[in-house]
Amino acid sequence: MMWAGVLVACAGCYLLKLAGLSLPAAVLQDPRVQRTVPLVPVALLAALIATQTFSTGHHLVVDVRTAALVVAIGLVLLRAPFLVVVAGAAATAALLRLL
Amino acid sequence: MASTSVSAETRRGLIRDALGIGIATGAYALSFGAISTAAGLSLLQTCALSVLMFTGASQFALVGVVGAGGSVWAGAATAALLGSRNALYGVRLSSLLDRSGWKRAAAAHFVIDETTAMAIARDTVAESRLAFWATGLAIFTLWNLGTLIGALATHALPDPKALGFDAAPPAAFLALLAPRLRAREPMAVALGAGVVALVCLPFVPSGVPLLIVAVLVAIFGVVRSRG
Repeated sequence: MMWAGVLVACAGCYLLKLAGLSLPAAVLQDPRVQRTVPLVPVALLAALIATQTFSTGHHLVVDVRTAALVVAIGLVLLRAPFLVVVAGAAATAALLRLL
Repeated sequence: MASTSVSAETRRGLIRDALGIGIATGAYALSFGAISTAAGLSLLQTCALSVLMFTGASQFALVGVVGAGGSVWAGAATAALLGSRNALYGVRLSSLLDRSGWKRAAAAHFVIDETTAMAIARDTVAESRLAFWATGLAIFTLWNLGTLIGALATHALPDPKALGFDAAPPAAFLALLAPRLRAREPMAVALGAGVVALVCLPFVPSGVPLLIVAVLVAIFGVVRSRG
């Protein structure tokens, strides 16, 4: 099941890239498409951050991951490199669990 | 090759830039390999994602959803939705790249944020092509190497959660989101999306809040584009 999902997702992502190079420009230059598509990653990334920080299963929770996110926000504002942001958040959660 | 019209100096500069971006994304791939392995994907599945999907945000989304207990299909849908922006990059690149069959099919795999940014910033078509392929090849090589190293290193760990690996995906998403928040509208969309996802989370199957958010943002975008 995992493999099927992985391969279908890979095929879908490739076809989207190919569509951009192949479809008539008019389709993708439609103002509705130009306006909407850039907002999709913004909304999905924000929803992913919210759900993976503040929930376990179907329950809303506030735990060490909240502190980890606060640290990550601080690091992003300081323009830290990607790996530092991710490692800083993980280290925060790990240290708070040790306490 | 059209790229013969690029001067040796410009060519060296382009290749140096491509390697710099490749090294930076390779470091970021380390965390992808680690997060994917900690989420429960096998070494082969993790590496397959970097070779075959080759678009970072989508890869992080798929393993993030799986790691949080969602189904791989919810993860696959989220990955494809995040990949939709790559289709828009194609519009800007299609006039710069070869239109012939197999070259276009090969080029499509490399259509991602970084290669697009590097290609459209150049002055001539020949430079754009060289920038696109050099950046694509450098990132592809180092992205996959980084993934493999990150996955192997995490494989050897007894308890990834004790090391805070469950807190890593939101930080990765945040780092990917931050550069897109430079105006008021995306900021409002991001806040609204986070709230909507949390409000519907207790009532729908895992992963579905993301699809609800995707539908709502599509409606929002279409309504806004009418003026």
